[in-house]
Amino acid sequence: MENMLSVSDLHVSFRARGGEVQAVRGVSFEVKPGEAVAIVGESGSGKSVTAQSIMRLLASPPSYVKQGSIEFMGRDLLRLSDKEMESVRGKDIGMIFQDPMTSLNPTMTIGRQITEGLIKHQGLSRSAAKARAVELLSLVGIPNPEARYSQYPHSFSGGMRQRAMIAIALSCNPALLIADEPTTALDVTIQAQILNLMKDLQKRLGTSIILITHDLGVVSEVCDRVIVMYAGQVVETGTKEEIFRSPQHPYTRGLIRSMPHLDQPKHEKLIPIPGSPPDMLQPPAGCAFCSRCEHAMEVCLNNDPELLKVGESGQQAKCWLHHPLAKEVQQA
Amino acid sequence: MSTLNVKKSAGPLLEVNGLSKHFSVGKGQTLKAVNDLSLTVQAGETLGVVGESGCGKSTAGRTILRLYEPTAGETKFEGTNIYKLKGSKLKAMRREMAMIFQDPYASLNPRFSVADIIAEPLDIHGLAGSSKERKKKVESLLEMVGLRAEHANRFPHEFSGGQRQRIGIARALAVNPKFIVCDEAISALDVSIQAQVVNLLQELQDSLGLTYLFIAHDLSMVKHISDRVAVMYLGHLVELADSEDLYADPRHPYTQALLSAIPSVETGTEQPKERIVLTGDLPSPINPPSGCPFRTRCPLATEKCAAQMPEFREVSKGHWAACHYA
Repeated sequence: MENMLSVSDLHVSFRARGGEVQAVRGVSFEVKPGEAVAIVGESGSGKSVTAQSIMRLLASPPSYVKQGSIEFMGRDLLRLSDKEMESVRGKDIGMIFQDPMTSLNPTMTIGRQITEGLIKHQGLSRSAAKARAVELLSLVGIPNPEARYSQYPHSFSGGMRQRAMIAIALSCNPALLIADEPTTALDVTIQAQILNLMKDLQKRLGTSIILITHDLGVVSEVCDRVIVMYAGQVVETGTKEEIFRSPQHPYTRGLIRSMPHLDQPKHEKLIPIPGSPPDMLQPPAGCAFCSRCEHAMEVCLNNDPELLKVGESGQQAKCWLHHPLAKEVQQA
Repeated sequence: MSTLNVKKSAGPLLEVNGLSKHFSVGKGQTLKAVNDLSLTVQAGETLGVVGESGCGKSTAGRTILRLYEPTAGETKFEGTNIYKLKGSKLKAMRREMAMIFQDPYASLNPRFSVADIIAEPLDIHGLAGSSKERKKKVESLLEMVGLRAEHANRFPHEFSGGQRQRIGIARALAVNPKFIVCDEAISALDVSIQAQVVNLLQELQDSLGLTYLFIAHDLSMVKHISDRVAVMYLGHLVELADSEDLYADPRHPYTQALLSAIPSVETGTEQPKERIVLTGDLPSPINPPSGCPFRTRCPLATEKCAAQMPEFREVSKGHWAACHYA
């Protein structure tokens, strides 16, 4: 099996008062075993909805999957019953959520929250589960794990809670770890600790990782491949080097240009992307980035481009500029 | 620009001396949020303040504006200690200083129209005059921050995060202040929008001669916008220097760790930097360590650090650090 996970043509919408919010509009991507893939995008780009659809965590209604499939180790997750899905969640796919302050249960000890999955999915006895949980706590770098095992989340700091979340997510040795903004709520020095930990675990245990983030710096620390999302669609994919060295979609280029670099000369102006993302109640007919794009052409307004191959490698960009017919214009 | 230069030579706009702010948290305990903070801000300059959550940077900003009463110390604004002012003099001083808040969703009253939000400071200080004049002022403020006059009658929920932050900036500018505290003013915004707001802040600084205290945890953005940068840890100022100097040659071990922790976009040309990963978490400001506040996580800590609080001293010209070994 080449791909561990393959998402194809996923459409997810939400029913809202004003109509249908088309949060994800035809997303396709693959994850290979042992690979770390980043999904990058701004708020509202559909990256978290994509992740939560893989885990089937979205309440329906208001959300519903309009079309598409999510194939994980040979099974379409969207066709599994709720019961079958329960055995995938936590066991085959682990998830780390953004906010370590609210995603742990405050009324349960950290130890119980870790052993819950071990007892349910792996059929361990209470004492065996406890031994494993203590082991996991020390694996994620929590000092004094025996004592910490029986404490409640409120006595953990933010960084330690996120470590505990990672311990829970890893408890059953999942083949795939989905980390939704795992370090956004943390300070940079703690973020560095958590990113190091994730990299280390990926190397040691061979876990595949999907990292969802808006921070391009975090991406370059952990991931091999990058998927850039905008307005519910994948607009560019490529290796980390391709995306950072030669971004091909105007949005990706704008995103990289609008961030200050530490080695940038002082008081050089940032180049922002003008405007703001489109309203997903009425997504534009053509390219979604068209209204903010400095290269917008007539064709962009009403025709949605496909992901087009750029160069010789696997890099792809969803932009008419890369259409063979546009090449002549570009050179002129 | 020429008026700006004249101002710059006229001495500091703001002088903070030995400022402390402690909060009582019950059971006879106190949380020492800010301890013995001293710094100066020159007119027309941007002073960045960085540090991790809980380091006291926001408390410092708010105490400097006298949104909190200090436990000790003074803040002199153009030579006057603002904590001694009362009544109409205090009110007049408030016109000189403004604040831009972090959360553009929580800092605008959802029941007020944009015009009322922006004009509220004008009404309070009696600067609006007739309703026609008030409307005109609101419109010119909206245009100044890149919004349109017709936005005045709308309500906050009709705007995106970046636009709301522009409304917050317009409100701060309404009373024509000299000094603005930007407390994490761009942290809640998306990357592409952050750049828009930062550029706006810089343009306004150039055209109006504003002075900023720019509080943030995004170190790359702070370097971009600031002339000088102050680093705080556990309520203490640990390093202060010209921003180029601080980033090129950090002297305090905490600053070194902080800078090395910034994840960078690898363009392939740079050498992979060596990372100092700090162990452990921030100690509690209720029960801080003895001596140097950073010693529990510091790779260089010795017995001297536990016994003696390092002095905040000038280690090279214009570069201050509080470390025995800097």
